[in-house]
Amino acid sequence: MAARLWSWIDSRMPSLKEEWRKHAAEYYAPKNFNFWYFFGSLALLVLVIQIVSGIFLTMNYKPDASLAFGSVDYIMRDVPGGWIIRYIHSTGASAFFIVVYLHMFRAMLYGSHREPRELVWIFGMLIYLTLMGEAFFGYLLPWGQMSYWGAQVIVNLFGTVPFIGPDLALWIRGDYVVSDATLNRFFALHVIAFPLVLLGLVVVHILALHDVGSNNPDGVDIKKHKDASGRPLDGIPFHPYYTVKDLMGAVAFLGIFCFVMFFIPEVGGYFLEYNNFIPADPLKTPQHIAPVWYFTPYYSVLRAVPPLFHSQFPGVLAMGAAVLILFFLPWLDRSPVRSIRYRGAYYKSALAVFVVAFLILGYLGTESTTVWGQFGFDAFFLDTKDRATWLARLCTVVYFLFFILMPWYTGRDEVKPVPERVTH
Amino acid sequence: MNDQKKIDRTRRNLLVATSVVGGAASVCAAAPFVASMWPSERAKAAGAPVDVDLSRVGPGELAVIEWRGKPVWVLHRTREMLDSLKAAEPKLTDPLSKASEQLKPEIMVMEGVCTHLGCSPQLKSVEARAEMGADWPGGFYCPCHGSKFDYAGRVFRGAPAPTNLRVPPYAFVAEAGLVIGEDKAAKGA
Repeated sequence: MAARLWSWIDSRMPSLKEEWRKHAAEYYAPKNFNFWYFFGSLALLVLVIQIVSGIFLTMNYKPDASLAFGSVDYIMRDVPGGWIIRYIHSTGASAFFIVVYLHMFRAMLYGSHREPRELVWIFGMLIYLTLMGEAFFGYLLPWGQMSYWGAQVIVNLFGTVPFIGPDLALWIRGDYVVSDATLNRFFALHVIAFPLVLLGLVVVHILALHDVGSNNPDGVDIKKHKDASGRPLDGIPFHPYYTVKDLMGAVAFLGIFCFVMFFIPEVGGYFLEYNNFIPADPLKTPQHIAPVWYFTPYYSVLRAVPPLFHSQFPGVLAMGAAVLILFFLPWLDRSPVRSIRYRGAYYKSALAVFVVAFLILGYLGTESTTVWGQFGFDAFFLDTKDRATWLARLCTVVYFLFFILMPWYTGRDEVKPVPERVTH
Repeated sequence: MNDQKKIDRTRRNLLVATSVVGGAASVCAAAPFVASMWPSERAKAAGAPVDVDLSRVGPGELAVIEWRGKPVWVLHRTREMLDSLKAAEPKLTDPLSKASEQLKPEIMVMEGVCTHLGCSPQLKSVEARAEMGADWPGGFYCPCHGSKFDYAGRVFRGAPAPTNLRVPPYAFVAEAGLVIGEDKAAKGA
């Protein structure tokens, strides 16, 4: 019966089987994938989790400035299972960024962005940008204090653009301040526009990857050595080998996910900020405001740049550049090898320093600029005496130097010989 | 074969012209969608002047008034606060700004919106020196990005805020009344 049904479908739509073969059963992936290769499929899993939990949240959420905060409370207290759906969605938001950051770091470790996978990287970066927008729009919806003031700050970033800025910010808000109009349109963008874009980008990201084939921890090209039937000797079919491996990764991931969701859904104010349990008050900025952790490295860059020519625009430019410079990574890297396994001390130490600077920027962004007090001395160049601001400036410089000097230090690095075939 | 390779200019021109007109039409079709994102007529209509009863703002007290959805401060400045302004001047970016001038020295009316990215700064008196540094003369501190302002809304150097806080249009009416949002007292007030 099942066989007859399948042959009925297959004779009418043979592309179904063809696509399955092309992208799963006969997609040959290198056989030496390690831990770092879990995060692509995990990102896909989180996307599905977010879409499903999001659909159910919209059934009870009200995108109205006077009702939004109350409707989230209603979901948490009165809707059967509402609290768990909301915690799935809020934990999923942070999990998405953790997984995506690790996925991007994998590319930097093994040179997965290098030729011929530049397009895969670019589509991935577009996914990352869209995800940032999606997260930002979603964060306004609970209409708490952090929602409100976070949106106020981010929208005003656009207001610093010379000439058109104030009008641009007005157009984004749809009002003179962040208001009901802003909430309503952010809801539309969060539940319809950006998820659609995200799904489309995920499709092209995978299609582009499957056209050129996956990279691997050795950074060697597995298509150079094929057997008589044209299959890469170092490749194994994605299904069943990697579907099973990724399933194991998914189980471990969901274990951690559930632990967070059930026991520490706020993660000490990092996943859900405490000030967001207070309804939005347009007249009172909370004592301490900071974006959610996944934006804090860029937020630190923004804060670190002093105003020039009576304008904050340079800081906004620096923040934008900090994100956009990642797009150029495939061309900035001039190393003859892809994987960190065969790179020399220059790239290894540069990457380590970069990671430290990124983490410090991330930490500082969650804290106030006065967190480490002031310098005890005065000097003409000290426009601010806050120690934290100066450290953020140092890390910002390191962040940019990592990219700007990359053509130089990767070109000069002492590399090791790359093996012909993959190792383990 | 040769026939197929030859381009029929008439058909090609028609194709190009149709595409251009069609493309232009699609761009025009975006106009109502872009326009729908500007403030609505209702949003534009909201924004009437607000009256404030000054007798309820004692010396040293700060009242926060909502005007056009923004916080507006009315600070009753004490003698010490006014004296601190002179002391703060060497550390300010733009101490002599005409735009920061008030109608009466003891009443400061100010938009409580940081000129950096729109957060609302907080009153930090000299008592907050433990947190603000030993030489803090008193004023306002923005919790978002650490901008500091004196009791006249003038920005301290080294702050991310590029300019002094904005003074909204306001006027004094009758004995202890203030109207925010109008330069001149309304007729009959």
